Amino acid sequence: MTAAAAYAISERPAPRPWWRRLIGFNLLTAVILGVGGYYLGWWIGHEIVGKSFAFQEKTNENDVALLLAYFFGVAGFLIGLGFANYPVSRLLGRPPSLREKEEHGIARYFGLCTDHKVVGMQYMVGIGLFFFIGGLNAMLIRTELLHPTPTFVGPDTYISLVGMHGTMMMGMMTSGILGPFANYFVPIMIGARRMAFPRIESLTFWLLMAAGFILTSTIFFGGFPTGWTGYEPLNDQAVMGMDSYICFFALVGVSMALLGLNMMVTITTMRAPGMTWSRLPIFVWAVMATAVLMVLAAPMLVATLLMAAFDRTISTSFFIPGGGGSNYLFENLFWFFGHPEVYILALPGFGIVLELLPVFTRKPLWGYRLAVAGLLGVTLLSFFVWQHHLFVSGINADLRPFYMLSTEIISLPTGFIFLVFMATMWRGRATFTVPMLFCMAWAFNFLIGGLSGVFLSDTPSDTTTHGSFFVMAHFHYTIMGGLIFTFFAAIYYWIPKMTGLRFNELLAKTHFWLMFVAFNSTFLPLFIAGFEGQPRRVSEYAPHLQFINVWVSISAFVLGLSMLIFLANVVYSLIFVRVRAEANPWRSKSIEWQLPTPVPVHNFDEIPVFDADPYDYGLPLPVAGTRPAPAGAG
Amino acid sequence: MEGPNHARRFVTLWLIASAIATPLVVLLLGPALPPGKATEQASGQVTDNTVLIGMSTPILLLVVLYLLYAVIYFRQPRGAVLEGPSVHGDARVQTTWLIVTVALVLALAAYGTERLYAGNGAGSGSGPAPLTKPSGAKLPVQVIAQQWYFTYRYPTYGGVETPHLVLPVDQTVELHVTSIDVIHSFWAYQLGVKADANPQVDNIAYVKPTKVGSFEVRCAELCGIWHGEMFDRGKVVTREGFETWIHQQQASFAPATKVLPPYSKTYLPEPPRRGG
Repeated sequence: MTAAAAYAISERPAPRPWWRRLIGFNLLTAVILGVGGYYLGWWIGHEIVGKSFAFQEKTNENDVALLLAYFFGVAGFLIGLGFANYPVSRLLGRPPSLREKEEHGIARYFGLCTDHKVVGMQYMVGIGLFFFIGGLNAMLIRTELLHPTPTFVGPDTYISLVGMHGTMMMGMMTSGILGPFANYFVPIMIGARRMAFPRIESLTFWLLMAAGFILTSTIFFGGFPTGWTGYEPLNDQAVMGMDSYICFFALVGVSMALLGLNMMVTITTMRAPGMTWSRLPIFVWAVMATAVLMVLAAPMLVATLLMAAFDRTISTSFFIPGGGGSNYLFENLFWFFGHPEVYILALPGFGIVLELLPVFTRKPLWGYRLAVAGLLGVTLLSFFVWQHHLFVSGINADLRPFYMLSTEIISLPTGFIFLVFMATMWRGRATFTVPMLFCMAWAFNFLIGGLSGVFLSDTPSDTTTHGSFFVMAHFHYTIMGGLIFTFFAAIYYWIPKMTGLRFNELLAKTHFWLMFVAFNSTFLPLFIAGFEGQPRRVSEYAPHLQFINVWVSISAFVLGLSMLIFLANVVYSLIFVRVRAEANPWRSKSIEWQLPTPVPVHNFDEIPVFDADPYDYGLPLPVAGTRPAPAGAG
Repeated sequence: MEGPNHARRFVTLWLIASAIATPLVVLLLGPALPPGKATEQASGQVTDNTVLIGMSTPILLLVVLYLLYAVIYFRQPRGAVLEGPSVHGDARVQTTWLIVTVALVLALAAYGTERLYAGNGAGSGSGPAPLTKPSGAKLPVQVIAQQWYFTYRYPTYGGVETPHLVLPVDQTVELHVTSIDVIHSFWAYQLGVKADANPQVDNIAYVKPTKVGSFEVRCAELCGIWHGEMFDRGKVVTREGFETWIHQQQASFAPATKVLPPYSKTYLPEPPRRGG
């Protein structure tokens, strides 16, 4: 049997009655099995393991039970969705198939679906949901900081809110661009009909959703006091809510590693004829670079958290100084993941900006090879800088000049990206549409983020700024300014393709300007707060800093309001008014815009042949990938 | 390409703006930069911050002015659908950019390294065995962090442990920062000192106060719910004032000093497990 025959679409089955559709492998079954698994794990933890641990009897806390409950809950959830079906059927000797792809209608968005376009939409909505929960946490944090002493939620809840906000954003938004947009567009851009591992693609999404609910469940177990870094030994000291953090981040790590692996294999092996490495759209290159980071960094996180979980449950002491371990070990392992992680967040943003810029300036991407070198340079260097998070920790203090140098060197490849950005605009014919405005905002935000990073990379300067609000402002400029702004650029750019509908222009522009102004008004003053000596993650601060904090809080509320405007636009334009978008509103030459909307299930009737550069703007040349394939190709 | 010489115009604009803005930033903003001039280390950091902000100004202007310039000049004429020029790169521009940024980065790293070593760690926690040490007599002071306060031991004064930090002026102090539970970070803002307090680690930072006055002590590493409450005020006093104060402390804490564990670089931390 040929591969083509194995994956061919079969006849659409006759629709079954609605009650019959509830039985089977779907989200309902998944939730039931998930809850069942949770209580099974809880029961095993209490009955079998819990009794042998004295401290758990004294405090009525049982980390073993909670971790087992999460483990069995997730397993039940995934089995209920049908992730075990295919391996089992293959074990029983049935032929390979992609049956899950053939579901029709709205139901496929609520279950295991192997159509990469469905997974992309699932990611967009799922991640959006948790993005708003994380944003709500930030609003509560800023409300507490209206007053220099804890008055609103109190220090206990406050520290949990800080932890949840940070962890939610760093964990869920890791896939913020790769999840929705790379899943949706990378196969199309490289001329493939699907991802290399379609079931794993769906698995990454549902793992992430399970993880998101686990992190949210921390509020039932007392929250966790460590922030997103989870430093030991505070981690070991914390109540059961800490287990939610451990379980969440471990699942995110697994999801990230699988997502990265899938992307790497897809981009390496499934490119259509003519799609050479030097013709790869720059967004795909950025996804490739991010995927490499994910595959290499995320397993480190999973291993670290496994060790932390052992410390908390079965009394190992990897990280407990009193028991022969070292908290330095945790810091090293965590940041060996943690620094590539921040580039996992930033690199897809670079890709989006460089992908969109040629479309809106009507020019080819200037210095394509330089841009690729920049992306790969950042990828490589990001593994050699992690100890700059530990400049004042006393760990390997004599290595500080090395980490200072490597950290400053990473600004070279980032500088390439800026050069490509600026030179692509040079003598261009730019139209300032909403996606373009978000790209311009990226340049400004990331510039501020980068320049403030220079203060942090310089050890003498870092002595003042380390652990202060300066750091906090810095990484919000790079991550929110670098990722979230490009995330919105991508949404405004690709939604006409993904849904066939058009956003309301006025609401979109209002969203942009409010967000850009409020973002800067929120985070620029925080540099001053840090310079003035306000440490991060405090619910109480010096009274003379109240003015800055009130200013920042009000700006943050406006920033929150801008997100509501976006939400209103989604509801208004995509649900109520539903104006059809033009087939190619941006006059893009990229291949996804040459396909019909909605994109057919298998993308291409015939695998396209790419015989032109993807960025041939400025020339009346044929559009990339539109020539039909010669007989026998594909 | 027709039209004005954009390259010459923009570079001139940028050079003039930088020539005006950079001295203004350095002269006006420089003195206001943290953490003040109360110690040698703090003054050093002010200098470093000034150098960095001076260097950042032209870079900031380059990109911001360019964005504005592009918005004004490199736009689609109203109602038109023109294509831009088909330019794919320029080896000369790329090479120049590479040379300039490499030179900047290397200079920055060399400067930072020099300042770090010449400043004997520049006030930062430099681990149990710092590579460079200040010459002359040093007053050792141990900073013990725990949830949620700092205490201070003076080993040369019988190991007395005090709840506040008082230092003599014009005297190099050797701070030994350690913790007896979780990670904290000893941040004496006006002193320009920040050093993580790790259990079972002796993290050394040097500081030499040059002015009499008070300073704020905070914790800069999340250590639990009352992290923000780890606040205290310390004092830098004259030599005589310090001797008077420390003898008072020795006398009033004498009963406590007797039952304290003997002075040591680190102390065995309490087991962090909940409930025992």
